[in-house]
Amino acid sequence: MGRYILKRLLWMIPVMLGIAVLIFSIMYICPGDPAASMLGTGATQVQIEAKREEMGLNDPYIVRLGRYLCDVFLHFDLGTSYMYGTPVIDGLMERMQYTLVIALSCMLMQILIGTPLGIIAATHRNGIADRICMFIAMLGVSIPAFWLALMMVVVFAVNLGWLPAFGVGGFKYYIMPCLANCLAGVATQARQTRSSMLEVIRSDYVTTAKAKGLSERSVLLKHALPNALIPIITIVGNGMGMMLGGTVVIENVFSIPGIGSYMTSAINSRDYPIVMGGVLLLGLIFSLIMLLVDVVYAFVDPRIKAQYEGKKRRKSHA
Amino acid sequence: MRKTNDVMHRRRKEGQFAQVMHRLRKNKAAMLGLSIVLVLIVLAILSPWIMPYDYTKMDIKNKYATPSADHWFGCDELGRDIFSRLLYGSRASLSLGLLATLLSTAIGVVLGSVVGYFGGKVDTVIMRLLDIFQAIPGMLLSIAISAALGSGFGNTIIALSIGGVPMTVRLLRGSILTVRKQEYIEAAEKINCSKLRIITSHILPNAIAPLIVSVTMGIGNTILQAACLSYIGLGVQPPTPEWGAMLSAGKSVITRYPHLCIFPGLCIMVIVLSFNMLGDGLRDAMDPKLKN
Repeated sequence: MGRYILKRLLWMIPVMLGIAVLIFSIMYICPGDPAASMLGTGATQVQIEAKREEMGLNDPYIVRLGRYLCDVFLHFDLGTSYMYGTPVIDGLMERMQYTLVIALSCMLMQILIGTPLGIIAATHRNGIADRICMFIAMLGVSIPAFWLALMMVVVFAVNLGWLPAFGVGGFKYYIMPCLANCLAGVATQARQTRSSMLEVIRSDYVTTAKAKGLSERSVLLKHALPNALIPIITIVGNGMGMMLGGTVVIENVFSIPGIGSYMTSAINSRDYPIVMGGVLLLGLIFSLIMLLVDVVYAFVDPRIKAQYEGKKRRKSHA
Repeated sequence: MRKTNDVMHRRRKEGQFAQVMHRLRKNKAAMLGLSIVLVLIVLAILSPWIMPYDYTKMDIKNKYATPSADHWFGCDELGRDIFSRLLYGSRASLSLGLLATLLSTAIGVVLGSVVGYFGGKVDTVIMRLLDIFQAIPGMLLSIAISAALGSGFGNTIIALSIGGVPMTVRLLRGSILTVRKQEYIEAAEKINCSKLRIITSHILPNAIAPLIVSVTMGIGNTILQAACLSYIGLGVQPPTPEWGAMLSAGKSVITRYPHLCIFPGLCIMVIVLSFNMLGDGLRDAMDPKLKN
């Protein structure tokens, strides 16, 4: 198992390199001139040209790419923001807490709300509870999260005055952003749990367990759920990607100073190092979560675990 | 001989298709979704002739007018009729969703068939490259590409489609790997069928079914993402009457005039919901064992 985790960690190095090359290339074709937007409208052509030279913007693509990769992977330096003049990594670290709080609490809500909804739907298949749960889930994947967020602001902040409309602070400030952002994840989780449970409930061992005279509850929780969990876990990982992408938009709605709003304002001011750094950091977080998911996956499914251990044993024999 | 084979083949396929359609017709939610989608497409096509007001006509007297008998959904910050703008905007939103999904499916099918059929090194290289694309959350990738290409209709389509490619490739690759082992593929190889012909006329028709569901659901999802992009200031921008752009234009006055945002959002929700219901129904119809 340790060997597997190590292998996966090592594989993350080329993936991160790939992300860096990819995002650098995307930003390379961005229109607009950062030097010009830094100097403002009053700058002359000569000044802009001098600034470009100073920032290294006139070097060929491959030189700039090499310099960026070298900075990022050898010196852990994500560059300096054009606008603020501060290191990007400091800006990201300062803002990461807000993004992580939202993304992780959404992930928790996805697991804690989505899974029970799916189980209820599966056990009451085609009944009224199933219909209600699945209708909610269907709505959940269809509502634009930022629109829901705006509507919640109108109802709960402006009209009722229960919750703060924007900004950060205590627990209250996170309620609406998290609710809006987690909805799609909760819905996907519920749908996946339902279909996965239905698949398992039909299998022979569940019939056997029922035939033994076990209670409905223990059949579900001890026999069906552990087997149904496997595909459900994968959804949790994918959901995390969705949440991380979603926070970018949600942070804008609620003016939360997280990585997402840092990046979108950087896009508007052509502050590329921030955009590249943000994508790299979120990509890293996402890859780590996916790794965690795969490890949990292996622990839940003894067949997969045995595969890794079997390989090791076979290798030590040879 | 070939002719009879073709006819038999077609008949068998029609049989399957008819079965799927039969099951789909019995699914009320899916049929509701399908009818809403069809009605909206017809309305979008007819919109220039049926909209009650010109979607660009400004009328300062009616600035921020609330919904009334004259203006069903009210008027926006320039006094333009929101209902007409939504009707005309459905063209932009629907075609964004359809075209971006089509493009991503096309790229995915080409890559997926190459990867699935040839396997080996090609497979390893392309799949590892896709790993990199998938390590970036989809929405984030669309935002970055959209920022790089700039706003506009064509650029938004490209930005939205790239994120969907890896999933299509994975799905198709899995399904091709099972088809590839069938005897009829071996037979086609033995009679010296060209590789292109094997892929296009023997493998793809038998492997493409799982994609149909993902494409249907993908259209809804793409419309959602397009709206997100417009909202944060990328993608299609005001004054184009695209639904996401209308939302983005109305967000600054939402506390006083929420109707500027309510209706575009409801439109997005209804169309996405319809595509999802249709997709769900299609999945149940094509894989009946899930239903029982």
